[in-house]
Amino acid sequence: MKWMKNLKTYIPGDFVVVRDDDKCIRCKACVEQCSFEANFYDEEEDRVWSWDGHCVGCQRCVYICPTDAIRVEPREEIYRHHENWKIYHIKGIEKRANFGGAPIVSMGTDKEYPIYWDHILLNASQVTNPAIDPLREPMELKTFIGRKPSALEIKKGKYAKTKIPPQLELEIPIMFSAMSYGAVSKNVIEALGRASEAMATCFNSGEGGLYKEHYKFGNRLIVQVASGRFGVHKDYLNIASAIEIKVGQGAKPGIGGHLPGEKVSKEISETRMMPRGADAISPAPHHDIYSIEDLRQLIYALKEATRYRKPVIVKIAAVHNVAAIASGIARAGADAICIDGFKGGTGASPQVIRDCVGIPLELALASVDTRLREEGIRNEVSLIASGGTRCSTDVIKAIALGADAVYIGTAALVAIGCHLCQQCQRGNCAWGIATQDPFLSKRVNPDIAAEKLINLLEVWSLEIKEMMGAMGINSIESLRGNRLALRGVGLTDTDLNILGILPAGV
Amino acid sequence: MKIIKVNEDVCVLCHLCEIACIVEHSESKDILKAFKKEKPRPIARCAVEEDKPLSFSLMCRHCDDVPCVKACSNGSMHRDERGYVVVNEETCIGCWMCIMVCPYGVIRRDEGREKWNLSTKCNMCPDRDIPACVEACPNEALVLGEVIKCT
Repeated sequence: MKWMKNLKTYIPGDFVVVRDDDKCIRCKACVEQCSFEANFYDEEEDRVWSWDGHCVGCQRCVYICPTDAIRVEPREEIYRHHENWKIYHIKGIEKRANFGGAPIVSMGTDKEYPIYWDHILLNASQVTNPAIDPLREPMELKTFIGRKPSALEIKKGKYAKTKIPPQLELEIPIMFSAMSYGAVSKNVIEALGRASEAMATCFNSGEGGLYKEHYKFGNRLIVQVASGRFGVHKDYLNIASAIEIKVGQGAKPGIGGHLPGEKVSKEISETRMMPRGADAISPAPHHDIYSIEDLRQLIYALKEATRYRKPVIVKIAAVHNVAAIASGIARAGADAICIDGFKGGTGASPQVIRDCVGIPLELALASVDTRLREEGIRNEVSLIASGGTRCSTDVIKAIALGADAVYIGTAALVAIGCHLCQQCQRGNCAWGIATQDPFLSKRVNPDIAAEKLINLLEVWSLEIKEMMGAMGINSIESLRGNRLALRGVGLTDTDLNILGILPAGV
Repeated sequence: MKIIKVNEDVCVLCHLCEIACIVEHSESKDILKAFKKEKPRPIARCAVEEDKPLSFSLMCRHCDDVPCVKACSNGSMHRDERGYVVVNEETCIGCWMCIMVCPYGVIRRDEGREKWNLSTKCNMCPDRDIPACVEACPNEALVLGEVIKCT
């Protein structure tokens, strides 16, 4: 282990590993578990040391240490205070100058932006209408994603003449968002699939195709068609319950993807239908979609390929003019639109894009819902909200703002061990999630992970039912787009106007 | 009879099973005292085998056909009332014939002991409901399960 810093590239790390030597029993578990080589054992001295500069704060050593001898603390920098030149900016310049490359980061943005969810409050019933106890009375969270007819024609006074377009039937309005095989390990996808089957919801394959072992989850699967078209073929489209065209991703709107060649293993090359060891590059745009008319062609090509039996979702990032874009997508024939807010996660994105591009989901969702209603086409598409959903209250607020269902990604990963150290792009996730290393990916046990995901969804469903009960609502359908159930606190008039909600006290 | 089942697909190579085994078989049954004070320290009766990415912990399988019991010259290696194969450390003479015949290599010499270099092996933690290694495994790579007999 090197004991000298390389001063040509040295940038102080963000954390300090504090080890209580009285409690350290030299078991070396922390040394083996740290995939960033921050801990090492010196045999001569019989002592475990840490190389703080390597620590990313993932807490794996803290978790595994049997005597609780380790603590990871933030490294307090003592640069002279400057309001304009924060440490973030100084270190940012140093990184770019030292390495000559644009920093790639992952997860959702960690910058301080307003979180509108925390400024929205829910209603409850008092005196004039009764609250409902979800443990005693039936509550319904069943959700259908897909185009709904604007009117029902009845034949002979008995039978429905109108044909209902294909629908995605969900027992709870929470789905797992797109995380590709390549971005996350096989065991994570296995756990997501099992949890989706148990909770009768859906998970999303992401753009990396579908590994042959995961075809068994077909009836609980949304497959993604992205700009790289990796792994898209007839069976892939037909095995799924729905198809999603990914135009943009909240964490990196307007940016494609780049899976480095080293990560394209035998399994990934088979799944993605590309040569082994070659870089998998998803272009920034779909090169066949330059207009709404082009999008319509792709939507109908996919519908044609699946004989009009599956709903087609179009996923866009929340950007300026999102309402107009969503209106165009609805008219292009999509069955559902997914709006991905800028707090959404990613496996790798340039730092500048992740931190400064896109708009908050709350505002985008409200403006899209309002616009579609104004144009009278809200029934023609379902809305799926995604990006930065942290708890069941976020879910219920999104539904009250107009979403039909919510995608969760980071929340699901946190449930199975992610500690948000934001190192997904490096491919050596110490928790075995965002990695293809066969040794590291063993750290996610699909049995345990699936159970944790099921627990999470069950608890969130119960919490949603309790909040609905308090409002005196017994079906999630009655809450959908019901913005009178919401009140804003600490928001400006403009925010309230865009969100379409009243201020608290009115 | 329940034995410890090993799932090598999820072993994370943390060696916590070995640590837990040492603590369980120590005098004090306290992790810090066992490692910091006790000399000699007991040896772990399970061992993590490693050839990355493969790794797994292995301990006595408590076989039906017990070669170690058959090889033992004075009956120290025997099957106890629970059905597990254990060694009577009072009578073991340290001839190591059990070590020679064990097909899994899970019987070890405890060289730290004063008296003899006794044979030491997994005794399925007689004082506990769930063996210490199973309880310590963070990823359920070791689980306690019924033996499925092949017919």
